[in-house]
Amino acid sequence: MAEVGVRRFARLSFVHFGVLPLLLVILVIGFGVAEPRFLSGQNVFNVSRQATYLTVVSMAQMLALLTGGFDLSVGVILAMTSVVSAKAMASVVAGSPNAVGLAITLGIMAGLGAGTSMGIANGLGVAVLNVSPFMMTLAMASIGFGLALFMTGGVPVYGMPTQFGATLGFGRLLGVPAPVYVTVVVIFGMYVLLNWTRMGRYFYAIGGNIKASALSGISTRSYLFMAYVLCGFLASLGGVMLTARLETGEANIGAAMPLRSIAACVIGGVSLRGGTGRVGSVVLAAVFIEWFENGMNLVRIQSYLQMVVLGVLLIFAVVMDEVRHRYVAKLREV
Amino acid sequence: MALIDAQVGGASERGAGAPPLLRLRALSKWFPGVQALDHVDFDLLPGEVHVLFGENGAGKSTLINIIAGALKPDEGEVRLRGAPTHFRSVYDARRQGISAVFQEFSLVPDMTVEENLFLGAELTTGPFLNKPALHLRAEETLARLGFALSPRARVNRLSRAEQQMVEIAKALRSNLSILILDEPTAALTERETERLFQLIRDCKRQGAGIIYITHRMNEIHRIGDRITVLRDGRRVATLQMTDASDEKLVELMTGRTIEAFFPTIDHHPGEELLAVEGLTAGTLVRDVSLTVCAGEIVGLAGLVGSGKSEVGRACFGVEPVSAGRIRFRGTPVPKPTPRRMLDAGLVYVPPDRRTEGLVVERNVRENIALPTLPLSQFSGRFLLRRRSERGICARLAERLRITPPRIEQGVSFFSGGNQQKVVLAKGLTRNPVLFVMDEPTMGIDVGAKTEVYNFMKELVEREGAGILLISSDLPEILHLTHRTYVMYLGRVRAELKGAEITEQAVLSHFFEARTAVAGG
Repeated sequence: MAEVGVRRFARLSFVHFGVLPLLLVILVIGFGVAEPRFLSGQNVFNVSRQATYLTVVSMAQMLALLTGGFDLSVGVILAMTSVVSAKAMASVVAGSPNAVGLAITLGIMAGLGAGTSMGIANGLGVAVLNVSPFMMTLAMASIGFGLALFMTGGVPVYGMPTQFGATLGFGRLLGVPAPVYVTVVVIFGMYVLLNWTRMGRYFYAIGGNIKASALSGISTRSYLFMAYVLCGFLASLGGVMLTARLETGEANIGAAMPLRSIAACVIGGVSLRGGTGRVGSVVLAAVFIEWFENGMNLVRIQSYLQMVVLGVLLIFAVVMDEVRHRYVAKLREV
Repeated sequence: MALIDAQVGGASERGAGAPPLLRLRALSKWFPGVQALDHVDFDLLPGEVHVLFGENGAGKSTLINIIAGALKPDEGEVRLRGAPTHFRSVYDARRQGISAVFQEFSLVPDMTVEENLFLGAELTTGPFLNKPALHLRAEETLARLGFALSPRARVNRLSRAEQQMVEIAKALRSNLSILILDEPTAALTERETERLFQLIRDCKRQGAGIIYITHRMNEIHRIGDRITVLRDGRRVATLQMTDASDEKLVELMTGRTIEAFFPTIDHHPGEELLAVEGLTAGTLVRDVSLTVCAGEIVGLAGLVGSGKSEVGRACFGVEPVSAGRIRFRGTPVPKPTPRRMLDAGLVYVPPDRRTEGLVVERNVRENIALPTLPLSQFSGRFLLRRRSERGICARLAERLRITPPRIEQGVSFFSGGNQQKVVLAKGLTRNPVLFVMDEPTMGIDVGAKTEVYNFMKELVEREGAGILLISSDLPEILHLTHRTYVMYLGRVRAELKGAEITEQAVLSHFFEARTAVAGG
């Protein structure tokens, strides 16, 4: 009897939460046994800081996915933000070495501006010109990467005030890393946006059925546009955080981000067809991916092989999602 | 329940000697949420036209899909010429002499007529296509059938009727023992229909059995030999055509008398709600004028492609208007958009709830609230008022009797009828005055249909709303509307009032003017 109950519970939680709980259990037990340092306080602290960047970018990606598209340019949005903000800070500091606060503020603004304008371009392309999200963001990835390389000549940008990295990158408050605070605010904001505002509701509706949304009197264009703008803004915020952590502006910091952020969303149960997905699950999935990579580092799996593992994991998640859909269909028949 | 004795098909006098070509025993089929077929018996004799009759969603399509090999039955037995058979695929069924012509065409639009005719059965020499032989055979086939089609024409350049002919030619190209025709005349003109009936008689003479689906009473009597009526997945009766009067058939189909199925709706026309003058819209609608008043149901009838759907869409602002005037409650609406029309009090119910009506991934509550979220009952300055939303949606779900009344459940978990009620509920979150309903009962069961009709009655009589009912379901037009416009090729052909709305009158305007009188 108990066994039946357990199986039923496992099945229902699979239908409800997807494959993620299972993966987390395997992760914690597997790596925990193989490498004791994996669960140590110091390591958890490191991972929690490290995971903030992917989490914020996954939140950005989630917006695009919910509306039935995706954003392959999140990586170069990070890169553009990094390069522009570093250059801006460096030039302000070079001009007036005492205006550190001003330099940091202006730098962050410039970076966010650059990243968000890429989101605006994506939004215009997808919502107004009806370019498919795939082509639009793929092309934007090329444009952005090219611009970032052009601006830096391919070399990292130095000369930012050290206080920038010291606070936003390595700083901590009450023992918690600074980027974690930013990330918590982003997560909370996303939760409110998606569950408690009209815009969030419309994102889900447009991703689920854009025709029905239009016939319900929703201006699908403006909301699609907004989804890509917000996506650009959040990715850009991730770029600022990562620049602080690296203490340089670099053109190739986000190369793996499109894949990793889409992986986090899909593992977190966001449908690639749009219309479904929860903030909490995506956050968990992002943390999972980061922790998983950390575990592989600890047991000394080569970084090249890690890419292979991540790819396999992504396919596994998509297949399990398909299985889950079939399960749901079966439950419907009863 | 059973209104008359169900007569088991095999015992009919006609085929007393001949063994049936096809015999189905206790066939059952389930789909998510519904039992599409419930122990259905059916048999088909050589040389007969066996009509399948029933509402949308009665199980006709499921039944012919099983016979054609496109679906597998969950229970029951299929015997072909006495031997138990399982069709593995459409291809398998076709190899055994069963061909089907569905309403949705199985043609590849970018290929030519001849390529389509022999798709899956191409003539080859070695590894290569034998194109000259294929061309010859195609010409032969078309000539034999008397279809004036060029084998080299691309299918996407053909009219719907011509595509229908290609589809029929495809079914008839090989040795045939069973032919399934699903509403084959829906897109044909009177003359083409005659030609088709001639072909059917030829097939009968050669000993083929024909399963024929139609809603048209006069066709049933003209070419049917026997008729099987399905309702809600069950076989209600199999009759000889001589025993089947129109009244009896409708009663069998709906399970109740016509009077009980269609409520009588009082006609008290009031304020003029919608006035359309000289409307030209999209690629179809030409110079259409019509009016709808409060307290009445106005029908818009016509064939597929007559432009009746597009008129409704143009009034709601989803079909581009190129000329003409639309007035709503006396105010001119120069550029209608869904938002503007919704705000003014016009609700549009789209014909296909899954592609246009609902966001199936989301729950009932979110779907109902979708068009009206900006209202103050649903949103405050920044945040949604979810408690108030829940209350309003729960009340609407109750009013429309959505079962089960779980508004937090995804709409995909509900049956077609209940999904349709969700679509209707979407319009009710504010007090609309005019409903434009395009095929509001498409693909829902008889019970849900009655509920929708009664809901319409309530809207018109108690709330004084007006309804523009766009429908391909003739009985709906005949029994529910107070006035009806009939459209043909994008223009309004006729306006019929009250007692003038008869099957004969409506149908006579469906087709070309010269041949229109021929029916019946």
